[in-house]
Formats: sequence, C-alpha cells, structure tokens
Amino acid sequence: MSATTGVPALREIRGPSAFGGGAKRFFDLTWLMSVTDFKMSYFGTVFGYLWSLVRPLMLFAVLYTVFTRILRFDAPNYAQMLLLSLTLYGLFSEATTRAVRSVVTSERIVRKMQFPRLVIPLSVVLTSLFNLCLSLIAVLVFIAASGVAPRITWLALPLVVVVLAVLTTGVSLLLSAVYVRFRDVAQMWGLLVLVIFYGSPILYPVEYIPPGLKFLLFVNPLAPIMVEARRLVVDPTAPSVVDADAAGSVFGIIGPAMVMLAVCAIGLWTFMRAAPRVAEEL
Amino acid sequence: MAERPIAVEVKDLHKSFRIPSHRVMTLKERAVHPFTRVEYTTLHALRGVSFRVAEGELMGIAGRNGSGKTTLLKLLASIYRADRGQIRIAGTLAPFVELGVGFNPNLSARENVHLNGVMMGMTPREARNRFDKVIEFAELEEFVEMKLKNYSSGMLMRLAFSMMTEADADLMLIDEVLAVGDARFGQKCVDTLERMRKEGRTILFVTHAMESLKSLCDRAILIEDGILDMDDDPEEVAQRYLQLNFSGPARAASATTDGPRVAAASRIGDVWLENSDGERTRDFDHGSPIHLVAQIDVKDEIEQPGFGFEIRASDRARVFAVLRQPIRGSNGKLQPGERVRIKATIENPLAPDSYAINCSLWRGTEEDLVDVRHPAAELVVRGDQQLGYVELDWELDCEVESERPADPMEATPE
Repeated sequence: MSATTGVPALREIRGPSAFGGGAKRFFDLTWLMSVTDFKMSYFGTVFGYLWSLVRPLMLFAVLYTVFTRILRFDAPNYAQMLLLSLTLYGLFSEATTRAVRSVVTSERIVRKMQFPRLVIPLSVVLTSLFNLCLSLIAVLVFIAASGVAPRITWLALPLVVVVLAVLTTGVSLLLSAVYVRFRDVAQMWGLLVLVIFYGSPILYPVEYIPPGLKFLLFVNPLAPIMVEARRLVVDPTAPSVVDADAAGSVFGIIGPAMVMLAVCAIGLWTFMRAAPRVAEEL
Repeated sequence: MAERPIAVEVKDLHKSFRIPSHRVMTLKERAVHPFTRVEYTTLHALRGVSFRVAEGELMGIAGRNGSGKTTLLKLLASIYRADRGQIRIAGTLAPFVELGVGFNPNLSARENVHLNGVMMGMTPREARNRFDKVIEFAELEEFVEMKLKNYSSGMLMRLAFSMMTEADADLMLIDEVLAVGDARFGQKCVDTLERMRKEGRTILFVTHAMESLKSLCDRAILIEDGILDMDDDPEEVAQRYLQLNFSGPARAASATTDGPRVAAASRIGDVWLENSDGERTRDFDHGSPIHLVAQIDVKDEIEQPGFGFEIRASDRARVFAVLRQPIRGSNGKLQPGERVRIKATIENPLAPDSYAINCSLWRGTEEDLVDVRHPAAELVVRGDQQLGYVELDWELDCEVESERPADPMEATPE
C-alpha cells in the first residue's frame, strides 16, 4: 500500500531501543495495553472492579481497628487520613511490584517483534493508575460522607497523584531493567516495599515522627506526597513537611525532590541502557 | 534488479552472543565472588554478512539450524542490536518475525485483532476498521467472540496469517510460516505471498523447505555458520543447502566467501544404477544386487580422493551410508582431465519402496567435501508388501512352556 507512494529513502536501522517505532504507536500501545490489562485483571470475577475498592478498604478496616481500638491512636480525622494515604500508597506498591517482572513476563513480545520496551513498564503503571482513580473517587465520597467537607483544594489532588505516578514510574523502570539480569530484585523489592510502607507517614501522621527518625523525611519522596495529600483533602491545618512539627526545614521538600529526581533519572538511564539488549538477556 | 530501487541494504553485519556458563546470576553470587568474572562463551551468530534486496523482491533465506538466519531477521526487525555493520531499510517494516506474536490467549479474536493491529503500527481506529477483513480472510466469522485459548492451532495460524497480510509494511520478514498449518492453509499462504509481491512489497522469507524456496523466491541467500555462503538463484541455493545438510555439521565452513564456489572444481558427473545383467535401470526386485555407477570429472587435482554414498528411504530416513571410502589407494591422486568411473555393488535387502541414492566426493584427510549429488539416483525396489526399511531373515516359532499359566493377570477379566 505505502509502497506505491514513490521511492522511500533508505534509512539506517539502529537496533532496538526503549522508544522505537514511532511516537504514535508508542502511545497507542501503552494505552491499549493498560486498558487491556485493566479489563483482564478482574476478568472472570463476580465483583469485577469492586475488588479494586475492596482491597484498600479491607486493609483500611484492619489497620484502623488496630490503631484506634488497640493502640489507642488519637489523631484528628485519623480514619480519613489513613484511608487516603493507603489508597495512594496502593498505586506505588501495586505498580512497582508488578513492574519488576513485567519485561521478563512479556518475553515473547520482546523477543519476537520490534516493540518499544518502555511501553511494558509504563503500561503497568498506567493500569495501576486506572485502579487508583477508581478507588480515589470512592475514597473521596467516603471522606465527604464522614464529615470532612469537600473543599476547593481537593481539585489539586490530581497534582499529587501525578507526582506519585512519576515517582512510581521511575522506580518501575529501574526495577524492571535490573530484574532482567538480577532476579533477586523481585524478592528484595518485596521486602523494601514493606520497609517503605512503615517508613512513610501512611499509618501515622507526620507530626508523630520523633526527632530521632526525622531524617526519614529528608530522603523519602513518598513523605511529602502523603503529607500534602492529607493537607489538601483531609485537614488543611495539618503540618506541611517543612513545618516545625515535621522536618522543620525546606530540606524536607528539597531532599525528597532530589531523591525522586535521582531515582527517575537513574531508572530511565538504566532502562534505556538495558533496552537494546533485553531480547538477548532473557 | 539493477533498475529497481534498493529496499534493504545490509553491510558487513556482525552479531555475537555471550552465553554465560550458568545462566542466572544472583546478587549473592556477585557478592560472594565479586571479582570472578562470569565466564562467557561467545557465539558468533553472524560474521560479516552483506547483501542487498531490491524493492518488490521475494528473497529466500536458507541455512541450517543455528546458521544465523533468525538472528539476521531479528537484527533487521530491531529486536537485536548489531555489534558491527549497517542495516538500511527503505519504507516501513513489519515489526514481527513470527506469526501470532502478541496474541493474548485470554482475549477474544476481536480484542486480539485490535491489540495486534496496534502492535503492528495501525492506529486503534484502523485496527477496528480492518477487523472484518481480517476475520473474513481467516474464515473465522463464527468464532469472533471466542477466546483465543479455545482456538485450535489451525484457527490461530489462520488468524495470525490474516493479521500479517493486513500489515501495511513495505518490507515483511517471515520466519518459517509455511511450515505450519494444513496443506490448504499452506496454499493460501503461498497465494498471499505472491499477491504481496505483486503489490510491490519486499519480502524476506526464511525457510527450510527448499521446494517453497524454489517455487516462490526470486532470489535466495544461504547463510552458513554466520557467513553469507551464497547469493544466487533459488535453484542453486537449494542445491547448495542440500549439499551442506548432507555433509554433516562439522565441515562445510571451509569457506571461500565470494564467487560461485563449485565452478572449476571437480564434480560427480553421471550417476546411474545397473542390474546384474549390466542394464541401466532404477527398478530392482527385492534381493537382486544393485550396482551403483558414478562418473567423476576431475577438474583439479584431488589428493587422497574418497567416495561416499547413502541410501535414503522415501521418508528421508537414512537406511544405509558409506562414508568416504578411499578410491585408488591411500596415496592415490586424481589428475585434472581424468574421468573416473566408480562402481559399487550393494546387496539388496531393502523393503519395497522408492529410495534416493546420494553420492559425495571427498579429498584429503581433513574431510574436505569436493562435491555432492543429492539425489544422485533413484531406486525403486519391488517385492511383497512389507513394513520397515529392510527385510531381514526371520523365523517365527511357538513353544508351549507350561500347560496352564498361573499368571494372576490372566484371572482378571478384561
């Protein structure tokens, strides 16, 4: 068909890459693959998409009971904060955990066709993002119903989600690229995800962090995300990372930002470097 | 070929793979032995391959297993990156080298066509628009909503092939398609390839089936041991491919790279069979000895000449082979200009069937193959219907060992 459009010039083929095959195809593929994945993940289940709500809600119920009834936590609007941060954290843990093996799982595609490798981890993150958006709607409804009045600042929540998604993407790229050669990464990440969970102000409000552990706030990119989400949605009077109650200096925001930047840069760099050789390493 | 524009140009392509001696390296291994380098064996899959393909050409790529054909395709398709050399391609390239890549068994044909279409570079809308055409070609109208995992392999292949025909690529890379599917499907593939060629698409087509190479392709190349062994008419390439297969795995790479290699070399000339009365024939009664006669036209001096032959049954199984028997003594030579006649007398325990006799001519002690004829002669053995390749002497005897077998198995009802 396109052969009739005159004589095309010879162009050099430089081998596989992370992008490769045109921008349009790249985006179409990423989109279609995530949509398919999203549909597939609940395929055959009776409750379908409801499961994407049930999972965080269940976790929430357990943690809430433990922390308010047994440990007698008494933070204002604790339930709303917990639910919100759990949901956000869900994106991070779900996407990264699935992304680790994603490139290797797509072996057939990688080895048998010219395929922009970056699409694979990206579509995993995107699928989880669909899940998050669905659950966030339900969570916001719950928060509004529980007595926290919706405010104009809720509209800024997508911004936080975008930052979170970028961070998640960076980590996913790094993990999926390294996993091709070092299979230990999957096990290691399973543990690290837990460490990060307890190391971030998800279960507990940021102001509870004792001075001895405040260094966490300088290095953990998830911390400002959780803190700001809480301020935007649940409680505008809650301390920001830079407030005295939390990190207490602007490095509370600069530090995590640097870490996030570094993770994303290293992730992208590693992935781009690994991409041309992936088909051979598998 | 000269006037047509070049569609593919490959220059001095090199590709090697490093294969670690033990595959998966864990971090612990790295940590415990930080300075031991992983041992790799380097496999040179391609060692300097160059060729050009004109637009609209259907070029066959032949080569034995492991010769580097698939690596070549994967380099062209940007699945591997070349170590050295250059690949240039005009126009768009179909991104896959195998049919049905990217099919998801848990999705219906409809969804898979969409997904696969986008993988091939269509927009989602195009993919949807072409759905009907794809299904119609594949003759799967009744199974559109069925999941692929419930498809038979034939149906899958039909869908995959039909997807491929819809790919709007100027250059298609096809690895062994015709090997799958039933005869009717194979014919459909052949017709489609013909049609695509008429449309001016360039097709590179890897195959082991020399018949389809000869009947389909305009031209063929032969890759042997990572080197472009031959770039010629499909007939010649097919002949050479069969020679290589005949000569066994270790040799053959005594490669002089360019030029037709068998031009001024000695060859096996006429080969025929004679019966005990000295008549040329191909029909033999079971049991009557076969006389194989081969003429050799000697063009260059052959030191320590050797001759070999084998008999293959109609299913290509090797019934019998004589490898490299010295002719004219161990110090003998064949001189240029000589014509030598070799006669072999073979007893005939062969079962009734048609057989092919292949002959080979060797030189020196290095097992250097001079020429091979494949097949050199046809042999038909007539006799009573028997299974198997040979008739052996046999006797059947029945003896009663004990009056009543006390075997418990005997007692169980059937």
